[in-house]
Amino acid sequence: MTDEILRVDGLKAYYQMHYFGVQREVRAVDDVTMSIGRNEVYGIAGESSSGKTSFIKVLAAAVRPPLRVVSGSVNYDFRSGPINVAAATAAEVERVRWKSLSYIMQGSMSVLNPVRRIGQTFHDFAFRPLGLPREAFDRRVLDHLARLKLPADILRAYPHELSGGMRQRVTIGLATICHPEFIIADEPTTALDLVVQKEVLHLIRDIQAEMGASVVFVTHDMSVHANVTDRIGIFYAGRLVEEGPTRKMFFAPRHPYTAHLVASLPRIGDTAQRPSLDGRPPNLAAPPDGCRFHPRCPLAVDKCRIDVPPLVEVAPGQRSACWRWQDVQPLDRSVALAHGAVT
Amino acid sequence: MTALLDVRDVSKRFTLGGVFGRKTVHAVDGASLTLQTETPEIFTIIGESGSGKTTLARMILGLEDPTEGSILFQGQTVRRRMGKDERMRFMSSVQPVFQNPFEAFNPLRQIDRYLDSTARAFLGATDKTVIDAAMDDALQKVGLSLAEIRGRFPHELSGGQLQRVAIARALIPKPALLIADEPVSMVDASLRMSIVNLLKTLRDSFGVSVIYITHDLATAYYISDRIMIMQRGRIVEIGAARKVLETPEHPYSRLLKSSVLSTADAGAGQLAVDPTLLRAASDCIGRPGRLVSRPDGRAVMIHDA
Ligand SMILES: Nc1ncnc2c1ncn2[C@@H]1O[C@H](COP(=O)(O)OP(=O)(O)OP(=O)(O)O)[C@@H](O)[C@H]1O
Ligand SMILES: Nc1ncnc2c1ncn2[C@@H]1O[C@H](COP(=O)(O)OP(=O)(O)OP(=O)(O)O)[C@@H](O)[C@H]1O
Ligand SMILES: [Mg+2]
Ligand SMILES: [Mg+2]
Repeated sequence: MTDEILRVDGLKAYYQMHYFGVQREVRAVDDVTMSIGRNEVYGIAGESSSGKTSFIKVLAAAVRPPLRVVSGSVNYDFRSGPINVAAATAAEVERVRWKSLSYIMQGSMSVLNPVRRIGQTFHDFAFRPLGLPREAFDRRVLDHLARLKLPADILRAYPHELSGGMRQRVTIGLATICHPEFIIADEPTTALDLVVQKEVLHLIRDIQAEMGASVVFVTHDMSVHANVTDRIGIFYAGRLVEEGPTRKMFFAPRHPYTAHLVASLPRIGDTAQRPSLDGRPPNLAAPPDGCRFHPRCPLAVDKCRIDVPPLVEVAPGQRSACWRWQDVQPLDRSVALAHGAVT
Repeated sequence: MTALLDVRDVSKRFTLGGVFGRKTVHAVDGASLTLQTETPEIFTIIGESGSGKTTLARMILGLEDPTEGSILFQGQTVRRRMGKDERMRFMSSVQPVFQNPFEAFNPLRQIDRYLDSTARAFLGATDKTVIDAAMDDALQKVGLSLAEIRGRFPHELSGGQLQRVAIARALIPKPALLIADEPVSMVDASLRMSIVNLLKTLRDSFGVSVIYITHDLATAYYISDRIMIMQRGRIVEIGAARKVLETPEHPYSRLLKSSVLSTADAGAGQLAVDPTLLRAASDCIGRPGRLVSRPDGRAVMIHDA
């Protein structure tokens, strides 16, 4: 990558708790190294509880105990100057928040104050950073709402008076209205109908293109990844297990978990039973030895049970952490898709 | 023969805003539907964001009263004000799983306490081993275990784990009707299939009916018996799920299907919404219309010119 805006090195972030004198540690982010380019949309997918939210909390400088950065660095190169948010002070983080770096949290309600009207919340968030006169500010907010297909009267509503999807769009509005350089979004469109979802994704892409912003996007919806991202990173059990350009990840995955993921959802017109992975997600307090996917992996051999596979380049721009990446076959369906045999 | 659930011409209006001008929102506008006791089914509700799906679910759960119309569950009127015993009896048959697990749980209360109080209240159990067994049984059905969640607070679980706990909690009383409001929107593809398959099993093996609210047309197609599509508070199409999804008729239903994101062209950034279908669907908003039956059993809203 030519121009990086973010570089993550050897990041470990654990939840460390004490229960009645017993120390418990959940290794939610366990040694992640990656980088994101300026003007890039990077998608993150992976199992439930694989550490995606924990990872992007670190990126968003929103780490709270018991989550703790154990080692590693998270360096941004903002226009206003470089910052390592894994080591920055609260005051340093405050200076970049919303203007340079914005974060749309999973479960949108948390940023919305239940006793303040939506209009007041917009004012609280954006009035100072935007520095516009009152009238111009109001116009800016209304324009922004319209792009999110939200009617102007929601400004008078309290959060509980809006539907789930409306609240979700409000939080996207808050996070994007100041045109930040780096937008981090955790499941931002899960509560939207397909039509609005498409329009909102379009908006996010527009803002990104207009402003040359970078976006990190977590979602379980692989069809969203397919249409929005430039690159995708796949998490499994606290690790980045594969990463590459979007097309490659869909049509030539090199990790068995990715292959499973891109082939696992049913489609309209298709009633064949879809496989769900055998076995349970690993326990991050006591993860399996070797490759963490080995207990559920169809390709696992003895080596996988003992040695941790490193994330290595397997094709230009594509990295995989699998001892047997050469044997990973795209599942039938994705092959067929790539060849346009089915839709 | 009494129906399991009978929603009769139900409407709900909210007033928005205060001193400076009020606005009435027709959250639900003349909705009717019936679920039969003899034929447990997965009944799916799909629709626009803000079209009244959650409001309708809340009325069926007796958390909100209709402005007009009535709702009967096993022949009894459902309403917000029920006596304590009546409410308990009702809730042991009808259980919710809400849209956003982060909002559904009290952040200050340990997760297993929730399950514990549900088990105590509905199973009438007081013996700790019986309660633990019931909790573990329900958790195992959703791929978790009591050992994993004991003593943990909601924020200590991931979104997907929390949603599975919400489903497990709802299963404890062994309800006849489960109302699941977007239960899979926050879980990965693999878990999504296991939860969706779980809903199927509940229907097939335990005779549980499910009202499944979702934005995901693919899982709707995969598991639903019937489907209903809502736009701006109104039911615009209702019928056998596969027929409706294969050949949607109402302009909004057609727009919805055309907006499904495909993975066939991964990397190409296909995000355009069909402008003709979008215009046709918008034209229906606010226009009077009535549901007309079709020979294939579905009903479609036809609008006056
Ligand atoms: N505050 C916390 N205290 C202790 N453990 C936590 C806490 N928050 C998360 N965890 C644990 O850390 C692991 C990773 O959770 P995280 O929320 O990052 O997953 P995720 O990949 O975002 O999952 P999902 O897709 O379900 O949202 C999980 O095992 C979770 O239970
Ligand atoms: N308590 C309330 N007070 C005022 N208006 C409300 C209230 N609850 C819901 N509404 C309004 O009713 C309409 C329907 O909301 P509802 O939550 O039922 O939509 P939904 O179909 O579930 O949408 P989504 O798919 O986004 O969850 C919306 O316009 C919403 O703003
Ligand atoms: Mg998460
Ligand atoms: Mg809703």
